[in-house]
Amino acid sequence: MTRISEEQVRHVAHLARLAITDEEVHTFTEQLDAIITFAEQLNELDTSNVKPTSHVLDMKNVLRKDESAPGLDQEEVLKNAPDQQDGQIRVPSIIE
Amino acid sequence: MSLFDHKLTEIQSMIEKKEVSIPDLVDESFKRIAAVDGEVKAFITLDEERARKQAEDAQATGKTGVLSGIPIGVKDNIVTKGLRTTAASQILFNFDPIYDATVVNKLREAGTITVGKLNMDEFAMGSSTENSSFQKTRNPWNLNHVPGGSSGGSAASVAAGEVPFSLGSDTGGSIRQPASFCGVVGMKPTYGRVSRFGLIAFASSLDQIGPITRNVEDNAHLLEAIVGADPQDSTSANVPAENFAAGLTGDVKGLRIAVPKEYLGEGVSEEVRQSVLDALKVLEGLGATWEEVSLPHSKYGVATYYLLASSEASSNLARFDGIRYGYRAEGAENLIDLYKKTRAEGFGDEVKRRIMLGTFALSSGYYDAYYKKAQQVRTLIKKDFEDVLESYDVIIGPTTPTPAFKIGEIIDDPLTMYANDILTIPVNLAGVPGISVPCGFAENGLPLGLQIIGRHFDEKTVYRVAHAYEQATDFHKEKPEL
Repeated sequence: MTRISEEQVRHVAHLARLAITDEEVHTFTEQLDAIITFAEQLNELDTSNVKPTSHVLDMKNVLRKDESAPGLDQEEVLKNAPDQQDGQIRVPSIIE
Repeated sequence: MSLFDHKLTEIQSMIEKKEVSIPDLVDESFKRIAAVDGEVKAFITLDEERARKQAEDAQATGKTGVLSGIPIGVKDNIVTKGLRTTAASQILFNFDPIYDATVVNKLREAGTITVGKLNMDEFAMGSSTENSSFQKTRNPWNLNHVPGGSSGGSAASVAAGEVPFSLGSDTGGSIRQPASFCGVVGMKPTYGRVSRFGLIAFASSLDQIGPITRNVEDNAHLLEAIVGADPQDSTSANVPAENFAAGLTGDVKGLRIAVPKEYLGEGVSEEVRQSVLDALKVLEGLGATWEEVSLPHSKYGVATYYLLASSEASSNLARFDGIRYGYRAEGAENLIDLYKKTRAEGFGDEVKRRIMLGTFALSSGYYDAYYKKAQQVRTLIKKDFEDVLESYDVIIGPTTPTPAFKIGEIIDDPLTMYANDILTIPVNLAGVPGISVPCGFAENGLPLGLQIIGRHFDEKTVYRVAHAYEQATDFHKEKPEL
């Protein structure tokens, strides 16, 4: 039984904002299916009473004082933008 | 004999006696790079002009500490202001950072001189450095073999004598595995020891920056310079810096070593197994004792890791969209199309594969079955380590199941490639510190590495054991012929 279909791979690629060719759909379906099948070995373990670990250190709610500090310089920030105009980053139109 | 065959304290005493100058050290680095990097291909970008100027300035102002004036290479996923930083990805091919990572600031304060940026697997995803978008780094011990990864450039540059030390990053073994493959010393500190601010994030709950050096003492000096809480990284731990080098007493009498049977079992090659047993004999000779233990959930480490690390990566890499920096695709019709084309053209295959896996594991309907399940198994793996380290001072095993494989040998088989990290991944999942030190050579002449794992924030003991072993053996004195 396959764990993941070509249709699912296309959907996931859309969620991940990746353009994908038909050939890639085919390859990724095979490879992701193999990886997910491999990962299903975790089902051998009963984890019904196990708390999930998202982070290994015992720390939560790290706070700092709410003080203003200088941010990044606008000219510096814009330096890496592929397209810009009048101190702003330019993108294709969003509204049809 | 190269200047970099000396340890740091010896180099500093040579500077003091005016036998060598800081410009000499930097010159040594660039000469060696010019001589061998055409073959080794460890560096993506060099910063020669600035480095030479810094060397002149440092010489003029006078040295102050053990790291003053020492050339260093930095993995190319650590941002350096005004020095191109690519994470070995096409999507950042022209990225010019506007600030320095915290570790880079700390090193500058300590006086090191950055000579350039080191090759790696794209976004640190890989175990061979073959996933770099720019070049394949080669193992200095045998140019047909991989240097390991993802910090392959960091390990190869130190092994090849191009720099006395480098920084790498380790998410599932990316410092220790290449250190093992290249016959050098690589430390992954406790999660939270070193600030991740300015490290291009792969898997934020696992990533740690750490030093790669020719010997344990230098490694301890370098780590001391980069540790500490950082207001810019809320996951950096508020644990004071320690003088790790002062703890290198050579004394391991009464030390209790745990050897997990899972680390010497199936999949681990006979010569690797033998090298670890030999190392344990050396440590026994120094007064330590060892016993076999079990880390029963080790075999689930790789699956757990690939689900968690890929999920975190799919989120972290969402920022690369062609808008604010890096590569932007041409000819997109609308914004979504621009994102999709930019990412399809900018990311390599392995990065796409992991983004896809992570997006799938986090997607509606699959989250509980894959992502949450893996987080629960992570709890069990972490507990394995905590249980064993309650009764033992360190855990010892091999760093990798085999010596370095050939370039091209397993690049088309993701699962076999992933299995290479089976002995290093659990250490990241548990968040404990681990080091790889040279412990022999395979029949084909390639180096082998011994992995020493300690308790949270007990790098001091890990270093003490590594140093005692190193001083009792000669493997770290061997150098590749280039």
